[in-house]
Amino acid sequence: MEKDATRRDVLVGGLAGLGAGLSAVLIKVEPAAATPATMQRAIRQVVGEAPVRKGKVTIDVPALVENGNTVALAIEVDSPMTEQDHVKAIHVFNEKNPLPNVISARLSPHAGRARIATRFRLADTQTIVAIAELSDGSFWSASADVIVTLQACLESLD
Amino acid sequence: MARPLINVPPKAKRGQTIEIKTLISHIMETGFRHDNVGKPIPRNIITSFSCRYNGAEIFSADLHPAIAANPFLSFFTVATESGTFEFEWTGDNGFHEAASAKITVE
Repeated sequence: MEKDATRRDVLVGGLAGLGAGLSAVLIKVEPAAATPATMQRAIRQVVGEAPVRKGKVTIDVPALVENGNTVALAIEVDSPMTEQDHVKAIHVFNEKNPLPNVISARLSPHAGRARIATRFRLADTQTIVAIAELSDGSFWSASADVIVTLQACLESLD
Repeated sequence: MARPLINVPPKAKRGQTIEIKTLISHIMETGFRHDNVGKPIPRNIITSFSCRYNGAEIFSADLHPAIAANPFLSFFTVATESGTFEFEWTGDNGFHEAASAKITVE
């Protein structure tokens, strides 16, 4: 693990000057853990310059997780789900997995209820952020803290 | 081989909001793990999922390595007419799997 981090550090250093146009490349050579800063960058790639307000979004995730390899996650957005006012997309981000993105889901105005559920991995105790993109172009968010005792993603196979 | 499990109510009232649940067996190898000799295990994940209701897309998702093995997804839709839900998963190494489910709307 140590060896890999060093290799990535070198690559990141080498690529640092290449600018935002190559962000896809940069993502691949991020250090072995996303940081709050890389999560913020991933969020900006999705929302652009738009302000993200707190509210409307509920994250349903256990506060204490024994096994980070599979964690139940549900996101619900308070929305009437009509043609004029609906949730277009729900994005989930994490701080400390190797990559900041978890899932991006696109909903239809006919969904009836803006709720998605899945199971995801958590590499460490961290904060999860969910962002809802509404049909009027506004973004709303919520965050949840999860404590993880058995970490996922980075373990070696024995 | 991947076998999808789909849970769609077989019958619904017109205008009723129904929940659709899907599960597919897949390793979702993150690409960040190493085998016992330290060699990185290449990434092998499902990258996208979509659901169509009588031909129109009602839900889609981009999945990342943070999604747990055997991806589970649930979402909602309003039952508008009888017909077919078509589900599609695509991923690394040319992975492609499809499934469908019928619904009767009264």
